[in-house]
Amino acid sequence: MSQLSELFDFGPFFDNFDLILEGFWATVRLSAASAVLSLVIGTVLVSFRVSPVPVLRAVGAAYVNVLRNTPLTLVLLMCALGLNDTLALKFSDDPGTTYYWWAVTGLSAYTGAFVCEALRSGINTVPLGQAEAARSIGLTFFQSLRMIILPQAFRAVIAPLGSILIAMIKNTTVAAAASYAETATVMKDLLDLPTFNSGAIPLFIGVAIGFMLLTLPTGFFFGWLAKRMAVAR
Amino acid sequence: MTDSGGRPENVTDKEVTEVAGGPQEGDPGAAPLVVVENVNKYFGDLHVLKDINLTVNRGEVVVIIGPSGGGKSTLCRSINRLEPIDSGRILVDGKELPKEGKELARLRADVGMVFQSFNLFAHKTILENVTLGPVKVRKVPKEEAEKHAMELLDRVGIASQAQKYPAQLSGGQQQRAAIARSLAMRPKVMLFDEPTSALDPEMVNEVLDVMTELAREGMTMIVVTHEMGFARRAAQKVVFMADGQIVEENTPDEFFTNARTDRAKDFLSKILTH
Repeated sequence: MSQLSELFDFGPFFDNFDLILEGFWATVRLSAASAVLSLVIGTVLVSFRVSPVPVLRAVGAAYVNVLRNTPLTLVLLMCALGLNDTLALKFSDDPGTTYYWWAVTGLSAYTGAFVCEALRSGINTVPLGQAEAARSIGLTFFQSLRMIILPQAFRAVIAPLGSILIAMIKNTTVAAAASYAETATVMKDLLDLPTFNSGAIPLFIGVAIGFMLLTLPTGFFFGWLAKRMAVAR
Repeated sequence: MTDSGGRPENVTDKEVTEVAGGPQEGDPGAAPLVVVENVNKYFGDLHVLKDINLTVNRGEVVVIIGPSGGGKSTLCRSINRLEPIDSGRILVDGKELPKEGKELARLRADVGMVFQSFNLFAHKTILENVTLGPVKVRKVPKEEAEKHAMELLDRVGIASQAQKYPAQLSGGQQQRAAIARSLAMRPKVMLFDEPTSALDPEMVNEVLDVMTELAREGMTMIVVTHEMGFARRAAQKVVFMADGQIVEENTPDEFFTNARTDRAKDFLSKILTH
């Protein structure tokens, strides 16, 4: 009986609630910046991938294939240990700041490849006639991409983009590898404390619920947005 | 010029060019607006345009008819380079269309195009569809573009639909909006690629009326269509295409009553009997 109550002892979780909240705040900061940056990277990449210039298409394809097929841990380690520590390419002299931005960069670079591919499938849903009409009124390739094709492609893939962002939010836990202290780092530190000898499962449950509080609304929001923004044909 | 669509001032234009025989850049009044010279195009092994030559004068309405797969649409689309050609050249207002890039975009803006499937921008309102080109390509101030757009929408009879999205309109209304979108660019020539083929029968006339009106106002038009009534009513020239070749060029009256070639007679006998 005592073992069972120990198993579900939420005491340590609430004792360290401040630390855990701090961890989640770091997760939110990382997620928000990476969400924006990965959408930007994905949009730029997809315009490379559908561009009439062969060199740009090749660059886009190479980028996507490398980043999409490399484990995120490696990407983040490369950023933090390789670029920041070894090559001393630092965003700032403050270690917290520079690791934060390297984590944002690495996560966005990785997620951007997935955003690019989602957008590319969105572009395939836009009828060819839309691009022809855009060209026939004198829009250049990039104008028609920006004003006609991408807005419709985005609307077609809002729901899958939501899934990519949810995956990205959960992937922030890997940023621990890039020396950025977020929720998973806090959790691991707590587990490593010599005084922490019970309540590991409650800690996992608490952190899982915390992530759901971030990701479930994201999913609902994107689902709602997808319906609202759908293009009627 | 016995057909109803012909205008007297046009006859003079035509005679001058026919005497001069070919494009003259120095004299824009007399030079033909669209010149297609020895154009060939292949889709893989399929030779879809075989040594096409066609001259369209200012203010002239040319109707291209013929059996499906004869190259009519391809010819129409190659005039504003939606289809690249393999050899020959196409001049619009004395200028050859460049291969790609900004220069091509600018010349395309002078050539209006109306598609079989309307192709209105699905995520934009009718008004936005019509103003987009003038604002982004011609750099017309937004207010001025909207004023002009409303005039055009009024002219094609759908001013009350300006704030709606394309999917909320009937096919005929969408096609009229698409015509307004092309006209908003103040094009030198308008291409129509089977503009009524995707419409319900009862909506065909509302679109043809707008086109007939345009022809009467002196717009240069190249129209791929199966609407023989429109060809008789509005065209100065009928071009009959089959198997990638221009088989016959004639006036509408002559063509429909007394076609010169057997291929055209055969085609006409099949469509005019029902």
